[in-house]
Amino acid sequence: MVVAEHGAAAPPARTGDRPFQLLLAVMAAAVPVIIGAMLIALIAAAWPAIQRFGGAFFVTSTWDPVRHEFGVLPFVYGTLVSSALALVIAVPLGLGVAIYLSELVPGRLRAPIGFFVELLAAIPSVVIGLWGIFVLVPWVRGTLGPALRSAFGVLPLFSGPPLGIGMLTAGLILAVMIVPFIVAVSTEVMRAVPRAQREAALALGATGWETTRTAVLPYARSGIIGAIFLALARALGETMAVTMVIGNVPQIKASLFAPAYTIPAVIANEFTEATSDLYVAALIYAGLVLFVVTVIVNALARLLVSRVAAGPAQIRE
Amino acid sequence: MEGRTAVLIDRTLGIRAEQVHAWFDRLHALRGITMTIPERKVTAVIGPSGCGKSTFLRCLNRMHELVPGARVEGRILLGDEDVYGPGVDPVLVRRRVGMVFQKANPFPTMSIFDNVCAGLTLAGERSRRRLETVVEQSLRAAALWDEVKDRLQKPGTSLSGGQQQRLCIARALAVSPEVLLMDEPASALDPASTLRIEELARELAKDITIVIVTHNMQQAARVSDLTGFFLDGELIEFGSTNELFTKPQDRRTEDYITGRFG
Amino acid sequence: MGIRYQVRRATNAVMAAVTLVCTVVVLVPLFLILGFLARMGLSALNWDFFTQLPGAAGEPGGGMANAIVGTLVLVALAAAIGIPVGVLGGTYLSEYRASRLSTAARFTADVMNGIPSIVMGLFAYVLLVLPMRRFSALAGGVALGVMLIPTVMRTTEEIVRLVPQSVREASLALGIPQWKTMVRVVMPTAAAGIVTGIMVGVARVAGETAPLLFTAFGNRFWSRDLLQPIAALPLQIFAYAISPFEDWHRQAWAGALVLVALVLLVNVAARYAAGRQVKLH
Repeated sequence: MVVAEHGAAAPPARTGDRPFQLLLAVMAAAVPVIIGAMLIALIAAAWPAIQRFGGAFFVTSTWDPVRHEFGVLPFVYGTLVSSALALVIAVPLGLGVAIYLSELVPGRLRAPIGFFVELLAAIPSVVIGLWGIFVLVPWVRGTLGPALRSAFGVLPLFSGPPLGIGMLTAGLILAVMIVPFIVAVSTEVMRAVPRAQREAALALGATGWETTRTAVLPYARSGIIGAIFLALARALGETMAVTMVIGNVPQIKASLFAPAYTIPAVIANEFTEATSDLYVAALIYAGLVLFVVTVIVNALARLLVSRVAAGPAQIRE
Repeated sequence: MEGRTAVLIDRTLGIRAEQVHAWFDRLHALRGITMTIPERKVTAVIGPSGCGKSTFLRCLNRMHELVPGARVEGRILLGDEDVYGPGVDPVLVRRRVGMVFQKANPFPTMSIFDNVCAGLTLAGERSRRRLETVVEQSLRAAALWDEVKDRLQKPGTSLSGGQQQRLCIARALAVSPEVLLMDEPASALDPASTLRIEELARELAKDITIVIVTHNMQQAARVSDLTGFFLDGELIEFGSTNELFTKPQDRRTEDYITGRFG
Repeated sequence: MGIRYQVRRATNAVMAAVTLVCTVVVLVPLFLILGFLARMGLSALNWDFFTQLPGAAGEPGGGMANAIVGTLVLVALAAAIGIPVGVLGGTYLSEYRASRLSTAARFTADVMNGIPSIVMGLFAYVLLVLPMRRFSALAGGVALGVMLIPTVMRTTEEIVRLVPQSVREASLALGIPQWKTMVRVVMPTAAAGIVTGIMVGVARVAGETAPLLFTAFGNRFWSRDLLQPIAALPLQIFAYAISPFEDWHRQAWAGALVLVALVLLVNVAARYAAGRQVKLH
């Protein structure tokens, strides 16, 4: 037998396996480590305020930096109400779009429409806020506000002059920002409902809407609820667009026309102006609260979404 | 008598399996296989689905243990070295015992050229001239050279199924293995390509030991010098192909080759 | 057919119309925003915008040159942190899918993706700005980088998972060790998809304002080094938008147009990269 003249290079070394696996593991471990570090860092930095105010922080309405009295109730109120308003607007709208995209849209239009909805999600918050200040606010002040006032002005919800900036506008702009999430996740979840389920309903003589209502929506329900939770978490933490249109006044009023303030907004506005250590600690305390709440809401959302056949619509092994 | 592969292969060896057992977790897939695979012959391994023939093949190049929960016991001697001996590096074993798979698996991001010499490049071979020489030799040995010599830079996946499989054979030969294992290499191919693969196996056997797993008995009869019949993880019978097919000694072998089951 | 049937048919038609109306309503703000951006932004764009530093308060003129460069610098910093950790970590998640570390990392990454960006800024503040006693580009880059990690990690995991086992086996059977199989065969096969994930993450991070408010802080002038405050496009847009000056409002629109164009460009590039991904099934 001819001895080969091309003697291949010596077989590759084996020693690389363990170090490489270790490197990968360390990188993956970075994520839980960072979350842990965040929690510790925030608690540590907020400690002076935690010690001083404790739980009273959440139920006191006074936010007085001069007298060192800090209570976040107005901000909690503003955050919750603006987010709730956003959900009330965005969930029906988003579900409507999701139903359209998953059940009704002509095939060729699904991709373009989906693309545009994604586009809305890609626009930075500050740009939406910019549009909010110069387009949405005047519209609320000049058109929507007076219309609501004349129709429902007797309710405390719509009392007072519509200034343009305020809770209502904040709710509207948050709705614009969270609707793409609801649409994207809900559409995916609904499209993942097996054909057989729809066919079962149709074979019984159900109309399209009835099929959707009885076969698709119940099956996709936990996924849709998960989508709502995700959208809620987003709304709670949204900063820029909200602070540009909500008025930034720490008060609790019944009217949706009144200016308000949210936790992210107050941190954004006052952090660099904070004159004393306690002031900074109080703001970080507020941030800590936001952190914990959004983590919980997110965790719940993920658990719900993973229950349905979730994940990217690709073939899994 | 030397074939086209001679220039690539430094040496070839036989394999002797001694009391080889294999498990998938609790499933006892191979039970005490003892078998001698002579050098420079085609040895076929046949049997019904689930009999352990592919598992056996994967024990020969230490691929079986890559499955989580898999385990092997026994000795497998390549020449006179036990590939499961203490301190033996499986990576080195796999370089010496090459494998071609049921479905051709060229690397999707590489050209034909890069696919063939992938084993060498990844091991650090840098000389362009050497790579070009080896690529041509390997493609000739795999009877593919004439068809691709003008388009070596095209993607490996641009070839037909039969060509892709020959590409994989060329790739396996390029690292100069001492034995070549073929796991049902033609089962995903059309009859014409299948015949070419079978011819190739016979041609390669002039220079390198071939072990081929097949579920197609006619193929085994056409292609191999020796045949082993597996059933339920056991080696029922092993001998020259002619004798096994014309005068099987075990009742179960006879039942299988006459089509009474499997 | 009775009245019941007519009602059901009518309901069906009405609901179909309702969903269509919803779709239109949802798309209206998108086109309004893009429209206003185009109209207000284009008219304010000029050569000065791209080359000048911001002018003094109240005075017309000036530009956002430093802010544009600042955004690029911050994105580069974020990428330097986010890409290695994200890609390598994501590879771990896909290769050792069931390990406890994987489960923990996957879950926390998803959670992290939902944490408000302003809280990320607070973290970077406590970690870097407080000890260093100054705002810096580094702190801003870290805040953005930490946001990038979980995004890139999950998208990398998804795409590497899709690389078929047969590709790995082909390499292992040639006697290539496991780690080299990963680095030289599996990851290159998934490369385009990984790049797509990175670009989508970068586009998101480039538009963030809140985490930069008290880390990068903003700068009226050019920054000399990474340990100084640095201007950024989103910060500048915000500052100008809430100011009382007309001219600055117009510049805010111009800045917004440039920012959105940047984000869109990266998204388009990401789609292009996705198209180049080798089919994996």
